[in-house]
Formats: sequence, C-alpha cells, structure tokens
Amino acid sequence: MTDRLPGFSTLAVHAGAQPDPTTGARVTPIYQTTSFVFNDADHAASLFGLQAFGNIYTRIGNPTTAVLEERIAALEGGTAALAVASGHAAQVVVLQQLLMPGDEFIAARKLYGGSINQFTHAFKSFGWNVAWADPDDIGSFERAVTPRTKAIFIESIANPAGSITDIEGIAEVARRAGVPLIVDNTLATPYLIRPIDHGADIVVHSLTKFLGGHGNSLGGIIVDGGTFDWSKDNKYPMLNEPRPEYHGIRIQETFGNFAFAIACRVLGLRDLGPAISPFNAFMILTGIETLPLRMQKHCENAKAVAEFLAGHSAVASVNYAGLASDKYNKLARKYAPKGAGAVFTFSLRGGYDAGVNLVSNLKLFSHLANVGDTRSLVIHPASTTHSQLDDAAKVKSGAAPDVVRLSIGIEDKEDLIADLEQALSA
Amino acid sequence: MNHDAYDDNYIRSILNGVKSIAMVGASPVNVRPSYFAFKYLAQRGYDMIPVNPGHVGKSLLGKPFVASLSDIGHPVDMIDIFRNSSHIMPVVDEALTLSPPPKVIWMQLGARDDAAAEKAEAAGLKVVMNRCPKIEYGRLSSEISWMGVNSRTLSSKRAPIPTQGMRLSLNRMSVGGGATTASDRAAKNKSEPT
Ligand SMILES: Cc1ncc(COP(=O)(O)O)c(C=O)c1O
Repeated sequence: MTDRLPGFSTLAVHAGAQPDPTTGARVTPIYQTTSFVFNDADHAASLFGLQAFGNIYTRIGNPTTAVLEERIAALEGGTAALAVASGHAAQVVVLQQLLMPGDEFIAARKLYGGSINQFTHAFKSFGWNVAWADPDDIGSFERAVTPRTKAIFIESIANPAGSITDIEGIAEVARRAGVPLIVDNTLATPYLIRPIDHGADIVVHSLTKFLGGHGNSLGGIIVDGGTFDWSKDNKYPMLNEPRPEYHGIRIQETFGNFAFAIACRVLGLRDLGPAISPFNAFMILTGIETLPLRMQKHCENAKAVAEFLAGHSAVASVNYAGLASDKYNKLARKYAPKGAGAVFTFSLRGGYDAGVNLVSNLKLFSHLANVGDTRSLVIHPASTTHSQLDDAAKVKSGAAPDVVRLSIGIEDKEDLIADLEQALSA
Repeated sequence: MNHDAYDDNYIRSILNGVKSIAMVGASPVNVRPSYFAFKYLAQRGYDMIPVNPGHVGKSLLGKPFVASLSDIGHPVDMIDIFRNSSHIMPVVDEALTLSPPPKVIWMQLGARDDAAAEKAEAAGLKVVMNRCPKIEYGRLSSEISWMGVNSRTLSSKRAPIPTQGMRLSLNRMSVGGGATTASDRAAKNKSEPT
C-alpha cells in the first residue's frame, strides 16, 4: 500500500464508482428500477430497521445515485451525502432535520432569489422563521442569534452578483452559537471552494448548475461534514431522540459522524419524497468527470469577459470578484484562488431599458433562468429571478433594476466578447 | 497513537487480522445496535462471542452468552466493548488478566476512555475508540457506499457480489484515511465546552 492520496481530478473521475459487480460494466449503470428484491424476510426486516446497508426502493436510495453521493462527498471532503430531486429539495430536507415549528435560522441576505422566496414564504407555513443577515457584516449574524436559532445558511459565491462570503468568519459565529453552518456551494463547486475545510458543517448544492454542468438535469445534494456534535444540549431532537418509526434508534448514536446524512435520508427523503431520478444522477455523474476542466475554462472565460465589460463605455460597473479592483477580490484570493467562478453581474449606464435591449440583441448568449451551463447565459434578475422582491430588497440582494447577470460558458471567449460588443453597440 | 483519526491501514490490519471477537454488552434485543453489529460481523465470518451477565443461559444467533471475559475459556483476538465510556476501564482491566491477552481493544461509536486506552497500549494491545467495526468494515469493503457514505477508498477492479459469510477484500486504495481538516475539527469541537 502506498501513502499517496489521489488528487481532486482523480476523485472527480473515480470516487464512488467501481466496475459493476454483475456485468463488469466500467461506466456506472443506470439502475432504472423502483425496487430491489430482498434475499429473505430477515434481510428485508434488517434493511427496513436500518440494521443493514442495502437497496430497498429508489425513493430511499439507488445504486446509481449512491455513486453520485459518494463522489460529491469525496470531492467536498465530507463523510456522506444524500442526493435529492433539486437544490431546493436539498434545502427543505436539511432544515427539516434541524428546525421544529417556532424555531429560527439565520440566512445571508445575498442568496439565489428562489432561496429568498423559499425561506420567506414557503418555510413560514412550516413555522420556520428566517432572520436575515448581511454577509459583508459578520456582526449582523452575531446579533441575529437567539435561543431558538438552529442553523446559519450562506452561499459561498453568492447568486446573482458572484460576491464571495467570508465562510471562516461566519463559521466562527456558528461555532459560538452552537449551531451548524450550512453553505450552498452551487456557484463555486468543490473545485473552487471546499466549505468544510473553512468551517462549514453541511454543504448543499443545486447539481443542476456547474456540477451537472450541461443544463440537462435537475438535482440537488446534501453533504454531511461529519463535524457537528449533535448530542450536545439536545437541541436537535430528529438526531438525538429515539425514533419511534425505527424501533427507538437514536440516529446520532447509531451512525456517528455521518448521522446527519442518514437522518436526511431516512427521516427527510423517505417521508417528504423528493427523490432524484437515477437517469438524472447518471447525467450529473458524467458531467462531474470533467468538472475540473470545465471550471478552469469557465473561470478563464469569465475573467476575460469581465475585463472586456469593465473597459466598455456603455457599462457603468462590473461585479466580478476575479477583477483586481473588485470589492471581493481579497476574499476571492483567499477562498477561491483557482478562479472566482463564472456567474457575475454588471450594470449599464442606460439603466433598465438598456438591460432589456442588451438581452434581446445578444445572439450567442441564451436568455434563460439558469446558470452553470456549458452555454453562456444572460438574464435580467430584476424582472425575473428576483422579481418578487421589493426594490430595496432587490438592491440589497445584488439585483438592482439596471443589473444584468451573466453565466459564462465554455465557448471561445473571443466569440462571447464579440457577441457582447455587437449587442452593446446595437 | 492519534485516537481522533485513524489511518485506514491501521483499521484494515485489525479487521483483516482478527478472527474471534468477544462483544461485551451484546444485546439479544434485535433492534439494538449491538445486536445488528454482532449479526453483521458473524455473517462476515468472524467467530463472535456474546458477553453479558444479564443474559447467561440464553444465546445470540446460536452463540451462548457468557457472563464475563474470563468465562470464555479460550483465547480471543479482539474485545469489542458496547458500553458507555464510564464502564470501559473495568473491562480493559479484566481483558489484561486473560492469558494470552487479546490483541485488540475496540470501543464502540460514542465510547472513549483515554486512560483505559493508554493502559491497554502499554501492555502491547492495539486500541480503537469511538468507531463501529460494522461501519468500518462496510466502508473499507465499499459495501457502505450504498448509503452514500464516503468510503475514502477507490478501486478499478470489479467488485465481488456479496454473499453470506463472505469476507470482502478491504484492500482498496485509500483516498483520505487518517487526519483531515474536518476530522481534526470534529475532535476539537467535541473536546471544547460551548
Ligand atoms: C445558488 C443556488 N442555490 C439553489 C438553487 C436552486 O436549485 P434548483 O433549481 O436545482 O432547485 C439555485 C438555482 O438557481 C442556485 O443558483
């Protein structure tokens, strides 16, 4: 045995995948089945009682999906992971393990607009109350902590403006408050930032974006860092109290440092139901094999486009943390030295109308509500993803009316710049 | 010996090396973790001995309970202690009076007694604390990845189809093992009061 440990790109290709035991197929097969036969009644009973590892039913787990889960757990440096139907489903499942009605969590104000909606409106009907804090002011997290606070939620690179969050500073607040830090690492991917190394306890992703990377499949994932002690102060009954549906098992006591991932699977996914399809898991796994290559190209192109825009007379300002002049450049150099991602915003001197015109004049960029595709994408957040926010909240979350968001793809950067140039002068 | 983060090779050499395991605190109740860890290890071919004074006269999966380690009557390779941290020391003391003594003291997930570990190590025994042999076996043989757990190992070889009583190869390439940023922090968090 050697002591040499494989690097990130090797894990991106191999982690979790092994030639199929029955056929020898080298690529992970798509186990497109709802259910799996039991060996005998005793085997069935031990699977249902969480006494043995194995496949039961695809809502609870699937061998194709399990490869995706182990791969991302390995890339993030976590102990285990659980894949679900979408990024939003991942957020519901995580918070269901942590909050009871009447509890609170603190969330950064700069988030994907859909997450702001989910936290403000959908979660209110579960009795989960969100307190907003400013990721540029760590003290605002500290001040938001109350005895009912159960978690802190931030994005590593925040949608839409691509700003970088000081994960370590906020992790310190979470540690003092005795609550886990959840980081949505969608826009960074573990190739650029590994939040667990910076103090996060739980990582969530929309796999729909750069991890899948080709704009063809929805998916989400929860990664357990294995770092949080759930037994302390009995704050988290889902993990700590005997579970009546599993013969009184305590999840934390039975599963140790991957108990959170198991709770998400056997209490969250099993009962709420947002399972990912094995076909989507397969598509996303295939995407991940080229994640390091794609992220390098995404970042290189994004930097070139941001530099071009920063020098253009029609552009009022560019928010890209990869630019030396950017407010977040110092944080980018600390947390994302390989590149500041490929989603960023800029604003036009001509305001709202110029933004709308630009979007309609572009020929190569696609106007749609997604990010992290091989194709370059453009959207006007104020009229789409962030349209449900009032004007003040739009500005606070980085989606003011004159702002345009780009997600830079892996095309030739000269073609992307030429397209923007013609659209800006049209 | 760093008891916060074990090298995969250390765990592997123990699980590959031992043949008989006495489980102290084994329960005949089929929904207790000790019961299903016992059953799992028995199915993987380990010679299992249930130790629990409260159940003498009964048996666990065909193996009769004994009241104490000294009642086993033949040498055992490993003692797996399914008791709270506060009950570890007397078990280790008793294990050290056995002749020959066991090779390994293993304390279950959640159980840790550094003084007992030191005593056993001073007598030449290997010690594992706060781990489950079922989980470690599943992880190193890749079986556990069915639950999305990071096995921290890789293999480009075709996996055998698991069958009853089969000992799976634990010799996969290690990806992590040992200390990681996360495991260091987990250990630190546990030892710090909030
Ligand atoms: C940062 C971030 N988190 C979460 C989501 C939600 O993911 P999904 O659309 O897969 O539910 C998105 C989607 O745009 C996102 O950008």
